[in-house]
Amino acid sequence: METILFLAHTDDDGALGRVALEALTGATQLRSQMPGAKLAFGILGADTATATQSASGCGADAFYAVAGVDFAASRYASDAAALEAICRAAGATIVVAPATARFNRVMPGVAQRLNGRIDTHVSGFTVNGDELRVQRGFYRQRMVATLTRSVRPWFLTVDGGVFQPWAGASAAVSVQMLDVTLGDALRRTTVTGYQAPEANAQTIRPDANLLFVAGVGWTKKQSDGQVHLDEAASAILGFLDKASASLGSSKSLVDQSSEGHNVFSFMSHLNQVGQTGATPRHPKGLSTCCHGEEPHVVGWRFIGERRAINLDANCGWAQGKADVVYVADAFELVRKITKLL
Amino acid sequence: MSTGFHVVVLGSLVPDMLQTLEPVQGPAGPGLKNELMLPAVLDPWAAHALFEAAHLASQHAGSKVWLVSLGPKAKLQQLMMSIAQKAPFELVAVDGSASGFADAFAVAEALAGAIEKIAGLDRSRLLLFGGCASASRDAGTVVQMVGERLGIADQFLAADELRVSPDGMLTVLERVEGGRYLVSDVAGPPCVVAWATGNLPEPPNNPQVGMLNMRGIMPALQKAASAPLASTGTTYVSVEVPKQDRKTRIVKDVPLDDMAREIADWIKA
Ligand SMILES: Cc1cc2nc3c(=O)[nH]c(=O)nc-3n(C[C@H](O)[C@H](O)[C@H](O)COP(=O)(O)OP(=O)(O)OC[C@H]3O[C@@H](n4cnc5c(N)ncnc54)[C@H](O)[C@@H]3O)c2cc1C
Repeated sequence: METILFLAHTDDDGALGRVALEALTGATQLRSQMPGAKLAFGILGADTATATQSASGCGADAFYAVAGVDFAASRYASDAAALEAICRAAGATIVVAPATARFNRVMPGVAQRLNGRIDTHVSGFTVNGDELRVQRGFYRQRMVATLTRSVRPWFLTVDGGVFQPWAGASAAVSVQMLDVTLGDALRRTTVTGYQAPEANAQTIRPDANLLFVAGVGWTKKQSDGQVHLDEAASAILGFLDKASASLGSSKSLVDQSSEGHNVFSFMSHLNQVGQTGATPRHPKGLSTCCHGEEPHVVGWRFIGERRAINLDANCGWAQGKADVVYVADAFELVRKITKLL
Repeated sequence: MSTGFHVVVLGSLVPDMLQTLEPVQGPAGPGLKNELMLPAVLDPWAAHALFEAAHLASQHAGSKVWLVSLGPKAKLQQLMMSIAQKAPFELVAVDGSASGFADAFAVAEALAGAIEKIAGLDRSRLLLFGGCASASRDAGTVVQMVGERLGIADQFLAADELRVSPDGMLTVLERVEGGRYLVSDVAGPPCVVAWATGNLPEPPNNPQVGMLNMRGIMPALQKAASAPLASTGTTYVSVEVPKQDRKTRIVKDVPLDDMAREIADWIKA
């Protein structure tokens, strides 16, 4: 019989983040599909009360928390100690956790400590009798596998967008506060804060409805034989502003910036989507001046509706990768769209 | 007193990123069709880690870089031809599968075992580097597991920058949600840094570096121990290529105003 442990950390505001609530839905669904399975809820953070309260109606049989200033910040050493303690206290055989940056860093190490196995970025699971099977991508999304494991504990981290966020009324629950003491060896790291990468890093908006992707075409010579960087920059920024879109980029475009060429100050390699970049989730995506080559399109895997603007009717997008391709000059068309927004 | 860092970079080969891959089922589990024939490259994020390691070593006298690679010997040898000229390192080769389907737990065990055997490695000065995820297993798990096996409690994932203060303090910038960096200070080595792209361009080929590296590479390949990589209790039920199922509508020879209207309506819908 399995004991499914859902693990989360509080966000900086003390609440449970969206990806955590989504993973909680996954954990509760899993529990209902696995005959006789128990569900436990575990959390860490500076103060875990608000977050625990918000999820108290999830039906867990037990609640565990590790709380205190030592556990406020995302630090490997303290996170690993806390999560290990929760896993042991809960007797977890299956662990379901959100694939946040904080957990992506620490969860493999916790699995190692418990002699368990881990599958990250799980995109779905099914139960066949009493056998759990998970799906995940391999080779940068060029392949999808369904697999099962008999070794326990089995850790699963779930990406955002796979499940609906959990919502439900609160219930009165009793929480076991676990005492985890950190020696000096676990305090060698101090988290000092956040830093935005460049002046306009706010161009990355994970919650935006639309991902707007710029390709290297914006920096190429246009029909008049000239390069129009200022115009390109103002067309892109104008659009982002009106559409409240998140900005993505092809690798070629951000590589140009890092090689010290002219290009756009508002974009860095953090904007890059694709095989060696990000794979963001947005309901819609609009690609501009980008060819739609395979390594780039990997970054679009979790983009719902896809449209592209390209001068070339035979660009990669036209080969079954986009829903609509507009054969047009993006400079002109994007300005016109912006006016209508 | 010894100075400088001992940087161990974990990195191996992956199929060229532009290659179309096809799964096949073998006796020991899934693999890639013609796996041994596919052109291979150094795993991109691990390559960034190697370039960052070489750069760091060049700035701190007494430092040394090892590249620990697990892969089929013959393929590793080919890979070395293309990367030996990029940065000075000593190769530690482990002969085994570089498949993305090999289990992270077993891979970490083999790599940690190889690191423990490195002669002259000063673990108090150790920086364990690697990529934040491979382009094969694509999981982002092995580097942390190796760190755990070596007892390193300070770990960082998806780093783009590592700064060293004059007092020895290290500052690490890690990518987190929303396009921001988390900034942390760590008292010094040993620590684990799994890199994202970092800030350095790919170094140009340097034939002199290549010649120096090659002297160690051939013996390292010859004495590479083999790692069987058991994947106890893991069953792959299916492996497939994701379907491309979009029917693309091409809109051309239409007035720009009409296109603009259609796109704006779609965005607002
Ligand atoms: C190992 C490896 C990893 C890679 N990883 C990634 C990755 O993560 N992400 C990524 O993006 N790429 C990646 N690539 C690179 C990828 O293969 C392509 O080279 C890259 O995506 C091309 O960028 P692009 O489309 O911006 O440029 P190009 O291919 O140069 O395309 C520019 C496009 O702009 C169009 N254009 C020009 N002017 C206009 C205009 N006025 N209006 C409309 N359209 C116009 C042109 O028709 C052309 O299609 C990787 C490659 C390798 C080998």
